[in-house]
Amino acid sequence: MRNIWVIAQKELNSYFVSPVAYLLLTMFAIIFGYFFWVSVAIFNNASLQSQLGGQPMPMSLNEYVIRPLLSNISVVGLFFIPMISMRLFAEEKRMGTIELLATSPIRDIEVIIGKWLAAIGLYAAMLVFSALNFAFLFRYGNPDWKPLAIGYLGLLLQAGGLLAVGTFISTLTKNQIIAGAATFGVCLLLWILEWAQGYETATWAKVLAYCSVITHFDSFSKGVLDTKDAVYYVSLIFLGLFLTSRSMESLRWRS
Amino acid sequence: MITVKGLTKRYARTLAVDHISFEVKKGQIVGFLGPNGAGKTTTMRILTCFLPPSEGSANVAGFDVLEQPMEVKKRIGYLPESPPVYHEMEVQEYLTFVGKLKGMSGQTLANRVTEVADRCAIADVRAKLIGKLSKGYRQRVGLAQAIIHNPEVLILDEPTAGLDPKQINETRDLIRGLAGDHTIILSTHILPEVEQTCEQVLIINKGKLVATDSVHNLQARARGAESVVLEVEGRNGSLDAQTIQHRLETVNGVSRVLLKDSRENRSVFEVESLKDRFIRGDLARAIVESGWNLNELRPSAMSLEEIFLQLTGGEKTDGEKIPEPVPAEAVAQGEIQ
Repeated sequence: MRNIWVIAQKELNSYFVSPVAYLLLTMFAIIFGYFFWVSVAIFNNASLQSQLGGQPMPMSLNEYVIRPLLSNISVVGLFFIPMISMRLFAEEKRMGTIELLATSPIRDIEVIIGKWLAAIGLYAAMLVFSALNFAFLFRYGNPDWKPLAIGYLGLLLQAGGLLAVGTFISTLTKNQIIAGAATFGVCLLLWILEWAQGYETATWAKVLAYCSVITHFDSFSKGVLDTKDAVYYVSLIFLGLFLTSRSMESLRWRS
Repeated sequence: MITVKGLTKRYARTLAVDHISFEVKKGQIVGFLGPNGAGKTTTMRILTCFLPPSEGSANVAGFDVLEQPMEVKKRIGYLPESPPVYHEMEVQEYLTFVGKLKGMSGQTLANRVTEVADRCAIADVRAKLIGKLSKGYRQRVGLAQAIIHNPEVLILDEPTAGLDPKQINETRDLIRGLAGDHTIILSTHILPEVEQTCEQVLIINKGKLVATDSVHNLQARARGAESVVLEVEGRNGSLDAQTIQHRLETVNGVSRVLLKDSRENRSVFEVESLKDRFIRGDLARAIVESGWNLNELRPSAMSLEEIFLQLTGGEKTDGEKIPEPVPAEAVAQGEIQ
């Protein structure tokens, strides 16, 4: 346990002493800020029109602002995740520091989980910037906080799964760029798999769509905690971390 | 402290380490010597549990590297060929991190970091980023990292590679100072380093252990016969080197006389005896009785370099000579063309 924390701390530190963390946080803050501004403007417009029309409709902030924004974050996240996970092992391999970790009295799995947690930590820091925006809704409106909390849980689970896969890919190469590009490819693929459902109704299309990370986020964005979707993300996390530990072991037998 | 038996490491096509066995006693400094690619690093990586052996066993500080790697890792300090440092960390931060990895904490760790920084002469750069340090400092940070948890066994892979002569001397002194408390294995392909630092030498070539002995014995063994350098001076007027050479060749037990240098009335010879013959006394008498002055007479120790070449067959085997280093300029020119 302690070793996991030592690794996670070191990893978080190196994110924040390099420009990586600040770059990602700034980019996310700008992109999300833009999304937030647009969707609040649309919401304002719509509510104004519904009042002017003489038949005011009940409009929910949760439904019209929070939910689409959470879905946006889940897609934007796909682009940020490779940049977070690519350095985790590739850099250690390039600098030779992997030898230090591998010859210290610490288990592989502790290293892996420590690094993965640090990556989630950086992602969570990004989410804080979106939460700052949402705070305005609570200040000036009256949305329900529970669906938002579940939405964030879903985002963390989704990122956890993709970051685990990214961590695995990072153990395969010494080159951060290759690790990042490959992870990006996988993230993109896991996103567009969903489209298979649009053209086909056969079983294989359903299977493909089931594998898509985005479809499983729908329930979370609605504020529904669906076990089926949670299980999907947790399985993805286990798969990624398991592959990482296999890969680290094979590193020893091959190198 | 370290027992290696029939250790073998096979990669897909090559045999990197081929059934080597040796033993290192507590508190010894052992030099692991061999040309590049001989299997030094592989052996060290097996001893540090970084790589598993294909065959054979290695026991470090009483624990087997395959059976109880955790126990072995607690007891070793390892400096790989390139120091495993994080460039974005400060020296102090890095040493603290490594200390934590090795299971230390709190005040003990803080004290130890200070102590190790002093010992490795990096106290003045404690607050600097490792990425900004020179190669020599980085190497010493690597060494500090290896000894932070006061391990019983230290494994150093080419600890002086890439340092300037002054730094090399400092590092050697540091390593010598560590002996006694620690059992040290250090690999190198620089021969004087072994002569100066180590008590015992393991010479490895193409994965095989070709010699293991103390530096002193190894020199004696490879020499076999006595070899003497002497300087002779004529007492009045000029001196004919040829005459002296003929006279020396007739001394009992001499196998070979080489004229090394001759100027005015002085000549320097290297004389080799037949195996197991002592010729110094006879040589001195022969010269003095012939009316010459004997200015100098000393045994010439065969340098480890010669022994090394002899053992690894660098000179004998055809087509496998140790390549001459190509001058940097030639390389540069080659690239331009």
